[in-house]
Amino acid sequence: MYPPRFRYEAPRSIEEAIAALQAGGGEAKVLAGGQSLVPLLKLRFASPDVLVDINGLPGLNYHKVDPDGTLRIGALCRHVDLERSTILASRVPTMAAAAPLVADPIVRNRGTLVGSLCHADPQGDWAAVVTALGGSIVAQGPNGRRTIPVAQFVTGPFQNTLADDEIAIEAVIPAAKGTVAGGYLKLERRVGDFATAAAAVALEFSGGVVSRAGIALTGVGGATIDATEAAAALVGKPLTIETISGASELAAAAARPKTDHRGTAAYKKHIVRTFVERILTRVSAGGQGVGGTGIAERAA
Amino acid sequence: MTSLFEEIREDVPADVPTKRVTITVNGQSRTVEVEPRLLLAHMLRQGLRLTGTHTGCDTTNCGACTVLFDGDPIKSCTMLAVQADGHEVTTVEGLAGPSELHPVQEGFKDEHGLQCGFCTPGMMIAAKALLDRNPDPTEEEVRWALSGNLCRCTGYQNIVKSVLWAAKKLRGES
Repeated sequence: MYPPRFRYEAPRSIEEAIAALQAGGGEAKVLAGGQSLVPLLKLRFASPDVLVDINGLPGLNYHKVDPDGTLRIGALCRHVDLERSTILASRVPTMAAAAPLVADPIVRNRGTLVGSLCHADPQGDWAAVVTALGGSIVAQGPNGRRTIPVAQFVTGPFQNTLADDEIAIEAVIPAAKGTVAGGYLKLERRVGDFATAAAAVALEFSGGVVSRAGIALTGVGGATIDATEAAAALVGKPLTIETISGASELAAAAARPKTDHRGTAAYKKHIVRTFVERILTRVSAGGQGVGGTGIAERAA
Repeated sequence: MTSLFEEIREDVPADVPTKRVTITVNGQSRTVEVEPRLLLAHMLRQGLRLTGTHTGCDTTNCGACTVLFDGDPIKSCTMLAVQADGHEVTTVEGLAGPSELHPVQEGFKDEHGLQCGFCTPGMMIAAKALLDRNPDPTEEEVRWALSGNLCRCTGYQNIVKSVLWAAKKLRGES
């Protein structure tokens, strides 16, 4: 399969890239890792006039922690960089748990977290993780930068709120105020398949009770599901059998899965309940980061 | 200079711009003139006649088209040839000289790591990348490292054995 014809621009600065998007007049797409965009081009789901390849832009392949604890992930930070990161496990365990489960190891060498958020596939792993963590996207356009909470950034399947001449230049995860724990569990038929269902849980504790909670779900609705009621049920409470079971039920109730070749709707709800319960139970037993495919799991 | 993609070039209207790119392929600098939409896999196969890189699913699933891009395995059906400008690409042809076998290739031969052979180039490239980074992987690490490559014949058993064989050989233990 060949992609449709397009004009190719390889800018050397963000300003040049924004100018190229402006020149594209709404028919330009940013190419970062390309692991979703190139298949979309080949399948003719996308046929932009211009591709603006940002891989040559300097200084975007970072993930770093500001002095105040804020984590910043640049637009060219690949999944593999997060998988091999030495700073994520203790600071953002939910993200460390998810990184080795994104796509497959070869795709992880190219694909980017920011690109995955922009692509806004309801089955994308990072959208759930960043939603659970209360993260944002920083977009840069001709008039400067603005920060968009990820929950408002994605407006529907494959839709985001970027203007035609804006580039998502980084994702931001706010600093935790308490002790962090969490996890990401994903059921997939095989590596590289979309999730049958997956759950991201991000917690902060202070004084033995949950001070902040985020729970988000992958692959069980038309968009990433922010299970706010399930998360709210944990805040101000310790993790006990009762609070864990209550939050897991609320998470399953928030899921809106459809029956398809990956499983029935009832089965996917069951998986959500099981995964949220499993992560919370492991955390309550002292695990900081819980990750796995539901088959091969590990707890740290 | 290799002119690229005869079948596409013929129907390229004069106003479609092409781009001249220079890519180091298997240690050799190659300058090619490509239309931006040309995929790296097609450039390698049709343009440079390096048909060891296979295209299987064409949708970023199967890994048959895996090549090393600056040392890291990537799926060449999911990268544009223009994106490789100034970079290094290693295909299965670059693993060893014409009359030699790389230890990974020897391993696949010795341990019967292939049947039809379609996935084999991608498997070997992914295996080489693993062993470059981790010379003494466990069986589990081999399985995860190859989890982006599909084989429909072997059930993976002998592929994993082949990679472990190669690891041993590269460590000088056999």
